[in-house]
Amino acid sequence: MAPSPRTVLDKLWEAHIVADLGDGINLVHIDRVFLHERSGAVALQSLKAAGLSLRRPQLAFATIDHIVDTDPGRGDRTRFAGGEEFIRAMRTGAADFGITFFDINDPRQGITHVVAAEQGIAQPGATMVCGDSHTCTLGGLGALAWGIGSTGIEQALATQTVEERRPKAMRIRCDGHLAEGVFAKDLVLSLIGRYGASGGAGFAIEFAGSAITALPVEARMTLCNMAIEFAAFTGIVAPDDSTYQYLAGRPYAPKAVLWDQAVAHWRALASDDGAVFERELACDVTGLVPQVTWGTSPQHVVGIDGVVPDPRQTPDASQARGMEAALRYMDLQPGTRMNSIPVEAAFIGSCTNARLSDLREAASVLRGRKVASGVKALCVPGSTAVKKAAESEGLDRVFKEAGFEWRESGCSLCFFVGGDSFGGARRVMSTTNRNFEGRQGPGVRSHLASPATVAASATLGRIGSASELEK
Amino acid sequence: MEPLAILRGPAAPLMRDNIDTDAIIPSREMTRVGKTGLGVSLFANWRYTEDRQEREEFVLNCTAYRRAKILLAGENFGCGSSREGAVWALVDFGIRAIIAPSFGGIFRANCIRNRLLPVVLDLEIVARLARQMDLSAGRADIVIDLTASTVTDVDGHSYPFHISPLQREMLLEGLDSIGVAMRLMAEIDAFHDGLRERQPWLFASKG
Repeated sequence: MAPSPRTVLDKLWEAHIVADLGDGINLVHIDRVFLHERSGAVALQSLKAAGLSLRRPQLAFATIDHIVDTDPGRGDRTRFAGGEEFIRAMRTGAADFGITFFDINDPRQGITHVVAAEQGIAQPGATMVCGDSHTCTLGGLGALAWGIGSTGIEQALATQTVEERRPKAMRIRCDGHLAEGVFAKDLVLSLIGRYGASGGAGFAIEFAGSAITALPVEARMTLCNMAIEFAAFTGIVAPDDSTYQYLAGRPYAPKAVLWDQAVAHWRALASDDGAVFERELACDVTGLVPQVTWGTSPQHVVGIDGVVPDPRQTPDASQARGMEAALRYMDLQPGTRMNSIPVEAAFIGSCTNARLSDLREAASVLRGRKVASGVKALCVPGSTAVKKAAESEGLDRVFKEAGFEWRESGCSLCFFVGGDSFGGARRVMSTTNRNFEGRQGPGVRSHLASPATVAASATLGRIGSASELEK
Repeated sequence: MEPLAILRGPAAPLMRDNIDTDAIIPSREMTRVGKTGLGVSLFANWRYTEDRQEREEFVLNCTAYRRAKILLAGENFGCGSSREGAVWALVDFGIRAIIAPSFGGIFRANCIRNRLLPVVLDLEIVARLARQMDLSAGRADIVIDLTASTVTDVDGHSYPFHISPLQREMLLEGLDSIGVAMRLMAEIDAFHDGLRERQPWLFASKG
């Protein structure tokens, strides 16, 4: 009898089950663990206190990204009073336990999920965990990658396993062509808007279809990055030639004979014809317009040509309450045209949208233009390597000439930890992934959008898309 | 920590959907490398004014719920950031169980690892429990029986909930997940060796 057809998720999951712990919970082998100073420092401190060691230190990697400042000339001291303790604990812990570590001034430093991809640490078919919810980003490379808490990290380090309930499989098939000025960010925001921020709960989501195949690997990472905002366990795009081209020659990617063996294996990972998904969704991306959020959940999203919605027209009472609270926090009135809302700051950064292709898209909007008067604009490259690559093609000059600050790589502007924010600006156009209350600073109102839309809004001084700018 | 087998008491209703871990504990509240002392930081943005005075309208500042062990919440509670500080803050405050229609996946896993019981019940039932608490002004008790896996409301109606036998054992016995995996270390090592043979490229040193 022929083996029954399997999804890419079946293949990856089943290749890593060490033991069945009953009731759908498996003990799963972890091929890569990535640490950062925020959750990693606590995990290592706790492991040490328990007298435990790392089972496979060569499979563990660490960097400094979360609370380190992004100002030029930064060091261990951070604007946030407690930051230094986390940074030093991470550094000491990495040395004590023999973990490969990319320190603040290392050219490989950067946001973990950006670094894990560009160094070739995350690979198709591999399992990977990190104490950060956006680890799902690496599904864009065909890895099975997900975020866990600090104690989960301790387990992954001490035993090279974690226990997880096997996620159900969902496939979202996207066909058609993205219009000019419309990106993976717009696609994923529109999906979360349509199906809700808990729409993917319990699922690992495969993004498939011709519109996904056409996406460059960096855009696939943007898409998978926001699977967690959909409440999914993770997101994944099955590896293909684009993936192999992206990975080939990267520092930790397999080489020579092992590379050939790996590619042969990866080619067999795509979902088989007839594989069964517990849920299948489909969408046509043709006609999709740039998206922008109006509220405090990524599901609070509309097309940029739309208006702030009215909670009174929402049948679900609990959703309507959430919308009302969001409107109060965002200081917006139903019916307001999105592209009339003035903005005070613009942020291009994050594990969602700060890879080289993102900076190129933003720069192509900014070239020859200026940020509107009074708008504080910041660009934080996804990694030190992205920053260097951008500088070598002159993108830093484009950003700076437009009036953007050009920062060092890190996560700190995506979630307020007590240090850096937007200098009193309240309403921020942002390429990050979360518009939660207070997420980017006390009282800060974040509107999520693509890098091109954020760049265009920065020059307009209000929410607006690149298509509104004079050619 | 007292045993988790039976929890009885008022349940604080916080009936909003998508309460994220940034709301449960803002990042700036986690100022030290460690897991302790975070109860004062729980829901800090909602619980306190900017000058750190209690907002009397916030549910956990109401007399009836100041010592609540049970929380009622909407869909997707604990979504967002993986920060385990959210669970440490809830536990340090005294919360032992949360009843909601669904949970953020990472948050739920963090709960189990810290003996905080996540109970999934239909929204309708959670909303009924919340109404009962409102009507009694927080003076009535609900009962969670983990061994039987039931929640009993103010009127004596019982609702079963699902939790895996392993996770129930972990919560009841205080068994930790590292300990569970450690018992299987021989199998794990054998699996690792097999994987190394099947997929050697995963374990090649940097070339």
